[in-house]
Amino acid sequence: MRKSIASEPQFRAASDQSLLVYLGEEIALENHQRVLKLLRLLQSEPIDGIRNLHPAYSSLLIKFDPLRLDHDELQSKLIPYLGRLDREPLPAPREVEIPVCYGGEFGPDLTDVAQMHGMTAAQVIELHSSPIYVVYFLGFAPGFGYLGGLPAALPSARLETPRAKVPQGSVGIGGNQTGVYPFSTPGGWRLIGRTPVAMFRRDANPMSLLQIGDHVRFRAISEGEFTDLAGR
Amino acid sequence: MSAILVQAPGLFTTVQDLGREGFGPIGVSASGAADPMSLRIGNRLVGNPDGVAALEMTLVGGAFRFERAAVIAVTGSDFGPSLDGVALPMWTSIEIREGGTVKFGASRSGARAYLCIRGGIAVEPFLGSASTHVLSGLGGFEGRALRKGDRVKLGAANSPFRKSALSPKALESLQPRKVIRVTDGPQSDWFAESSRKALCGNTFRISEQSNRMGIRLEGPPIQLEASREMITEGVSLGAIQVPPSGHPIILFVEQQTTGGYPKIANVISADVHSLGQFRPRDEIRFERVEMSEARSLLIQQEALLASRELIQE
Repeated sequence: MRKSIASEPQFRAASDQSLLVYLGEEIALENHQRVLKLLRLLQSEPIDGIRNLHPAYSSLLIKFDPLRLDHDELQSKLIPYLGRLDREPLPAPREVEIPVCYGGEFGPDLTDVAQMHGMTAAQVIELHSSPIYVVYFLGFAPGFGYLGGLPAALPSARLETPRAKVPQGSVGIGGNQTGVYPFSTPGGWRLIGRTPVAMFRRDANPMSLLQIGDHVRFRAISEGEFTDLAGR
Repeated sequence: MSAILVQAPGLFTTVQDLGREGFGPIGVSASGAADPMSLRIGNRLVGNPDGVAALEMTLVGGAFRFERAAVIAVTGSDFGPSLDGVALPMWTSIEIREGGTVKFGASRSGARAYLCIRGGIAVEPFLGSASTHVLSGLGGFEGRALRKGDRVKLGAANSPFRKSALSPKALESLQPRKVIRVTDGPQSDWFAESSRKALCGNTFRISEQSNRMGIRLEGPPIQLEASREMITEGVSLGAIQVPPSGHPIILFVEQQTTGGYPKIANVISADVHSLGQFRPRDEIRFERVEMSEARSLLIQQEALLASRELIQE
């Protein structure tokens, strides 16, 4: 199953109006970059009849108008795009800093996560806020970025029973993924902190603070700083 | 500015049009009417383009006072509509005088009814659509379901209008189905043959936990052949995903854009509108069709919608 070499793209019909294009078989930076390149190409040189694009770790779901295209037609139209991925350049990633107040009421699972890994809470915070993460894609809910690059010591099993309502701005770890909940939604990730920064604002341009491909760093802040930033 | 006054909101009434496509890359799903067929026909009956925003009511309808004269059509399920106490026919255009109150009760058939108004509901579009995205509180009327006392603005209508009704023949052929047709899902081969047969052989019940995001099914659990690691991928409207519990969830209009559960099947496009009419505790069954058949069923449905016999004047 696990291959790290770039394999040929695989196609699979997901429904009568969507096609999945797999550009790899694992979560890896290289696969993410191929997804991002294909997404950018399809955005800058759109194919008639494509309605929507859902990027993920190593695949792109393409939703199309079934009255104008079928899977085979779309697949053949994609071939030239796929042939260009290896030489297609990517722009330098944007750098985004997200201030996070870790622990306490904002991160109710921080002590559990620390215990799980035999660390102190401070060590978890230090580890979580040290790497530069990559936004592999946005999914689940508006502005929800799936971040790659969680330190190998931090993966944490999801909660057995997901919370019905995770407070907006919560920072969580779910398996080897980490991210920020832009809205108060149900969620099963372990919550270790919260950001006062809005992740999705309809009056902002772009609306989503995070974009696919961004580099992200978390900065630990105090409760006082959280209150200051939240008031702005 | 002319408006309608919400005297009673009903159980869950939102502004919906045909949704917003193209924002998957920022995690925003299409949303839009749960029964897009009823919305489109309602709009045609009042002289609107198909995708104009209307009110979508769920299980129990509300009461709305018109602050100006208007033309309306009520489509979808039968919520016992009335105008100033007099019963109203459905699937036909009706003229309303200023001050008239249109009232709905509890559903007598399926889950959703639409109040379509000539000129449409005027709300500020979010990402090009008036649809309410309830989870994120975006779009529609202040990003939420209507409440008592809300004043919902109406759009202007300039094009000529003629009274019309849906033809009885079209109404019959567009009845919501109880047996939903599906194609194979992208992970169909992860399931044992017996599980795939169970999906199409058994009767499931719509769970009370169902909403515009997902329709949860109760019934004999569906087993995966072997536990395999699934990498989160994009998910399509109508995908039937199977979490470890074995109780399938159909991803619906306000779906998440990506998901990590294997999908055993996918509801065909021609049957999505029927999904919007299932109520909690209703029974649902599935029938597998080939991709080519799914496509021709959609083409047939659209041909009916485009035909001259659809609407009678």
